[in-house]
Amino acid sequence: MMRGKLSFGQRAVLGAPYLWVVVFFLAPMALIAKISLSHPAQARPPYEPVFSLSDGLAGSLAKLQTLSLDAYRTFGEDRLYLDSYLTSLAIAGVSTALMLLVAYPFALAMARAPRRLRPILIGLAVAPFWTSFLIRVYAWIALLKDEGLINHALMALHLIDAPLSIYATNVAVVIGIIYSYLPFMLLPLYAALERQDPALREAAADLGASPAQVFWRVTLPLSLPGVVAGCLLVFIPAVGEFVIPDLLGGSETLMIGKTLWTDFFANRDWPAASAAAILLLVLLIGPLLVAERARLRAEGKPT
Amino acid sequence: MTTNPLLSVQHASKRFGAVIALGDVSLDVGVGEFFALLGPSGCGKTTLMRLIAGFETPDSGRVLLGGEDLTGAPPHCRAVNMMFQSYALFPHLSVFDNIAFGLRRQGASRETVSARVAELMDIVQLQDFGARRIEQLSGGQKQRVALARALAPGPSLLLLDEPLAALDRKLREETQFQLKDIQRRLKTSFVIVTHDQDEALALADRIAVMRAGNIEQIGSPVEIYERPASRFVAGFVGATNMIEGVVAHDDGAWFVTPFGRLKRADCVLPAGARATLSLRPEQIAVARDGDGVAGVVEDVAFRGETTQLRVGVAGRAALRVSASKGEGFQLVESVRLEIAPDAGVLFAETE
Repeated sequence: MMRGKLSFGQRAVLGAPYLWVVVFFLAPMALIAKISLSHPAQARPPYEPVFSLSDGLAGSLAKLQTLSLDAYRTFGEDRLYLDSYLTSLAIAGVSTALMLLVAYPFALAMARAPRRLRPILIGLAVAPFWTSFLIRVYAWIALLKDEGLINHALMALHLIDAPLSIYATNVAVVIGIIYSYLPFMLLPLYAALERQDPALREAAADLGASPAQVFWRVTLPLSLPGVVAGCLLVFIPAVGEFVIPDLLGGSETLMIGKTLWTDFFANRDWPAASAAAILLLVLLIGPLLVAERARLRAEGKPT
Repeated sequence: MTTNPLLSVQHASKRFGAVIALGDVSLDVGVGEFFALLGPSGCGKTTLMRLIAGFETPDSGRVLLGGEDLTGAPPHCRAVNMMFQSYALFPHLSVFDNIAFGLRRQGASRETVSARVAELMDIVQLQDFGARRIEQLSGGQKQRVALARALAPGPSLLLLDEPLAALDRKLREETQFQLKDIQRRLKTSFVIVTHDQDEALALADRIAVMRAGNIEQIGSPVEIYERPASRFVAGFVGATNMIEGVVAHDDGAWFVTPFGRLKRADCVLPAGARATLSLRPEQIAVARDGDGVAGVVEDVAFRGETTQLRVGVAGRAALRVSASKGEGFQLVESVRLEIAPDAGVLFAETE
């Protein structure tokens, strides 16, 4: 009912964030989408047609007609993409689930720590960001490889006889993802746990809930928004992760980020790579929209 | 009081670092009794209640419930429930599930739970609210859900932490009567923590007045009001005039004040002792003539049944006096104040 009654100034203020999204997010996406409909070419740029202002209307229309969905058709024929998607989703899913198990106790300990210690703990949690991500992933090679630190230690302790082959496997990729993305899981969980009213736990205990029941009935359900936020924040970039599978993975590691890289730079098939990227976006945004809709509906219900 | 108290706190003490929250506190609460812990903030009443609930452990002393030593037992193992000041309702659960929480922890069957929850929603008059979410409730409704939730497991003792503090004045008075009514009907012992003396006087069978981690006096509302054990209790519970003076013994006991000698019925204090007389406003009779203390009306405040007067007397002092409705005293009118020899309580100047 307020619509149509906004002044120009109000519209401008409300429009500014949308402009931001259009310029910095939608425009590049549109460019990628357009490339995905083009044909590969042995030229620079490595696809055609290229639209230009000098084409005129007729020229542009003619070029428009040469756009096709050919790049998308290859997905049906080439198992490589399907396998890449499935492996990516599996690795990201397993990593996210394990990361949740690692991060939850961490976040809980941080949220229950004495108030004056908490800023220090948060600082320590994000401290790794002060060094290069690349170097930290490289460091894991030294830790994980057959003659690496972990295998040395385990053998010295006589826990294993032969080195574990972790490096250059999917396990190494999962470890790398958990390590690299942990703060993104930790901080939303911490935020959700820290603002819980301690009186709620006391009330639950007072009503006869054992410490375990207090956790399952009160602490965990109330932290679910943090769990969802953390998982999305970690899962989505992990699916498209390129550096970690490239450095820690082996030949079996077929993640979509790596496949995209190969298409862009080795095969120089930009349309196919762009089409794969667009498909990935659709795959990831779909569940996100469903989750967001469910959340909005749940929030909207009371009023 | 009774030979077998339900709750018995024996010489409990508790300190947090350098702060002594509880000095040495002992009290008994009987079966079905409505007991109030009254005191200003920081007097240790909340610590004492958290000690009974099991959220704090005493440094020394014991807490017994029905003769059984509770010291060291965690909160979930105590047949004591608490209604929190913030209500602490579970925001992710419906009204029904909030009230059912304690019952389900006891392992009650589905039928038992729904029957008991329905019974409690009936008691607190929230019959059709089972499916509501907590954020859909008003403050008064939340308060009643909190009460129902705490009562649901059928505790022998219910602790109420400032249960009416978050309600507005009108609602608070209504709820006071409901609370008293529910307590009488269920015959559960209630221990209420409050800083509001009116609330304690109106609700409780007995009151413990606390100050700085210790109990100053335990007694019925009438005892506390009419025979305060200390100057602090007299000042904290109800309005009073604190009159300083000196005791004299010649031809009977006298209390010598800046505005005149007051006859006392009897006085155990020796002559020459400095003391304070606590006189309630209604213990001073005000008249237009007579041979009482002379004074001038300085302020008149209409309070419905009574009118509160501030009467200036000699020695730059002023007394609060309560006059009944029909008298119609005016500002700057000269009056006489009659103080009966047995009115008020005299405290030796030791505090």
